[in-house]
Amino acid sequence: MKLRLLAALTIAMMGGTAVAQNINAAGATFPNPIYNRWFTEYAQAHPSVHINYQPIGSGGGIRQVSDGTVDFGASDGPMTDQQLSQAKVKVMHIPTVLGAVVPVYNIPNLNKDLNFSGDVIADIYIGKIQKWNDPRIVKDNPGVNLPDHQILPVYRSDGSGTTYIFTDYLSKVSPEWQGKVGKNTSVKWPGPGVGQKGNEGVAGMVRQAPYSFGYVELIYALQNKMSYGTVKNAAGKFLKATPDGVTAAAAAAAKNMPADYRVSITNAGGATSYPISSFTWLLIPKQFSDAAKGKAVKDFLTWMLDKGESQAAAMGYAPLPVQVQAMVRKTIMTVR
Amino acid sequence: MSSPIISIAQKPRQTDPSGGSQGSPAQLDAPEAPKSPVRQFLMSRSSGKAADTTFSAIMLMCALSIFAIVLFILYILIARSKLSISQFGFKFFTRSAWDPVSGDFGAFPFIYGTLATSLLALLMAVPLALGVAVFLTELCPQKLRAPISFVTELLAAIPSVVYGLWAVFVLVPLMRDQLGPFLQKYLGWTQLFNGYNFGVGLLTASIILAIMILPIISSIARDIMLAVPISQREGVLALGATRWEMIRMGVLRNARIGIVGAIILGLGRALGETMAVTMVIGNHPEIPKSLFSPGYTLASVIANEFSEATGDVYLSSLIEIGLALFLVTIVVNAIARALVWAVTRGAPARAH
Repeated sequence: MKLRLLAALTIAMMGGTAVAQNINAAGATFPNPIYNRWFTEYAQAHPSVHINYQPIGSGGGIRQVSDGTVDFGASDGPMTDQQLSQAKVKVMHIPTVLGAVVPVYNIPNLNKDLNFSGDVIADIYIGKIQKWNDPRIVKDNPGVNLPDHQILPVYRSDGSGTTYIFTDYLSKVSPEWQGKVGKNTSVKWPGPGVGQKGNEGVAGMVRQAPYSFGYVELIYALQNKMSYGTVKNAAGKFLKATPDGVTAAAAAAAKNMPADYRVSITNAGGATSYPISSFTWLLIPKQFSDAAKGKAVKDFLTWMLDKGESQAAAMGYAPLPVQVQAMVRKTIMTVR
Repeated sequence: MSSPIISIAQKPRQTDPSGGSQGSPAQLDAPEAPKSPVRQFLMSRSSGKAADTTFSAIMLMCALSIFAIVLFILYILIARSKLSISQFGFKFFTRSAWDPVSGDFGAFPFIYGTLATSLLALLMAVPLALGVAVFLTELCPQKLRAPISFVTELLAAIPSVVYGLWAVFVLVPLMRDQLGPFLQKYLGWTQLFNGYNFGVGLLTASIILAIMILPIISSIARDIMLAVPISQREGVLALGATRWEMIRMGVLRNARIGIVGAIILGLGRALGETMAVTMVIGNHPEIPKSLFSPGYTLASVIANEFSEATGDVYLSSLIEIGLALFLVTIVVNAIARALVWAVTRGAPARAH
């Protein structure tokens, strides 16, 4: 009797310690709102698992997961081959949701959305297009009375995934941008203009300064009810960004999706694809040293596909297209 | 501090024999004499000599810890920026490149921006701060003194991000729509106000810095001026000086070293200020051609780019920017010390 009680107690205790999991993660700030919601809801449904996510930035996420100081990381830009080979653990990219970047501007007394071609946006930042009534802007906006006024380009001064997506797009549509500037979380801005910190900094500056031009995340523009311009996609259509358009871009890219998901979907083909879109990724080690932890992460990722994805659109993020979800489901099974 | 103040401040104590104490100095000097009640009490509590050595040893350690902290910071900054030091060498401090894509880095535009904004801020803040301090100590009616002092100290307590927000919402539009065009119209001939005025830029950052360091300089300068003995003022007035001559010779002259110290403290804050500056300077790493051009400072670029920096050289360069800020602060402080030394050297002997 006594022995049986002791055994039951031991099993109960073992069960208790074996299941309780504290998982540390760090990385991108852009998906932080939805990650936070996922991790909170997951913890409510599974009280024994607690995921602690710190939005320290994509760079920090890559560094920390490479050094093994966190259980998994998150990034808006994929890791480079060099970063992957230098990492102490084998890292897998798991796409979670998608985001988009939209052009914003401030032209007094203009109540029509402007159209922008990619090369025009690039040349505004390079400094080749300096006036709002430049023939190339006028050509994309027939019938709009554009002012003869200097454009004030505004960009993100802090390193950010937003800038990465934006410059990745500009590199694809403008050979000059590719050669002169390139893509990164922060770049050397070639032309005139001012840098502001964060989406709110750029948006605030654009709102305040007449004749300015900038770029912000779609989710930020939606939440703050900002008006933004359309962008010409690879099929030659001017599209206004919506979560659906972003998912369409991902679906168009899904056909040629590489096995490691490190793919850029900016300027994707397809008539409905919004061109300045990107995945954001979780950086998951292939092999966890603690098998229980690996299982907990695996369970969470499955939950994310089952329950999490459906919450994305309501929060302004674009969910993964169905094809990609199916691929990710298979990939998750390889986590040890 | 110059010695007239000290000597006069101590005089009453030295010439006051009663002093309220029970044992006179003569009693302590004589070994055979019975110990004073105070000494007896102290000796009953502990062994005086051991306590004395321990105390001085602990104090020495406290003082040395400052050196240790500074050396440790310097060591970490150098150790972590090894990669960029070996790649760019000393040229890092004179190069203008800042290209995270190709991994080409240099600190010059940031050093320039830091020095330019800080010195411009001093240029604006020092006269204003001294005016406030002189008014408070010499001219202010008693009734106004407390409110003005209180508000000055309140200014010093406002967090810098609040200054930044205020600057973004008030100062930037003001600069763009009113102050900027005004300066361009009337001072355009100086060539300092050329180019397109975005509202953000070097001048706006300097103005917000000036506002931020104003309370520090003025409240310290006020305390220094209050410490100048009344007799100095009375003496100058008695010799037939006017109010202004009295302030100039009796107050400012005696307090000048302390005032330079106050300015150095203000400069220190201006050099290291990050948040407010980054919100209004425009963050464009270029050598600004006019006061309206956007610039960049050392502290701002670290705050902006550190969290998303991925490459090793990039990260290392950002830490070397920190090293540059450290060195700029040391050099500027050294120059300021030299200035103090130059000022005191010219003073009459009694000032030493």
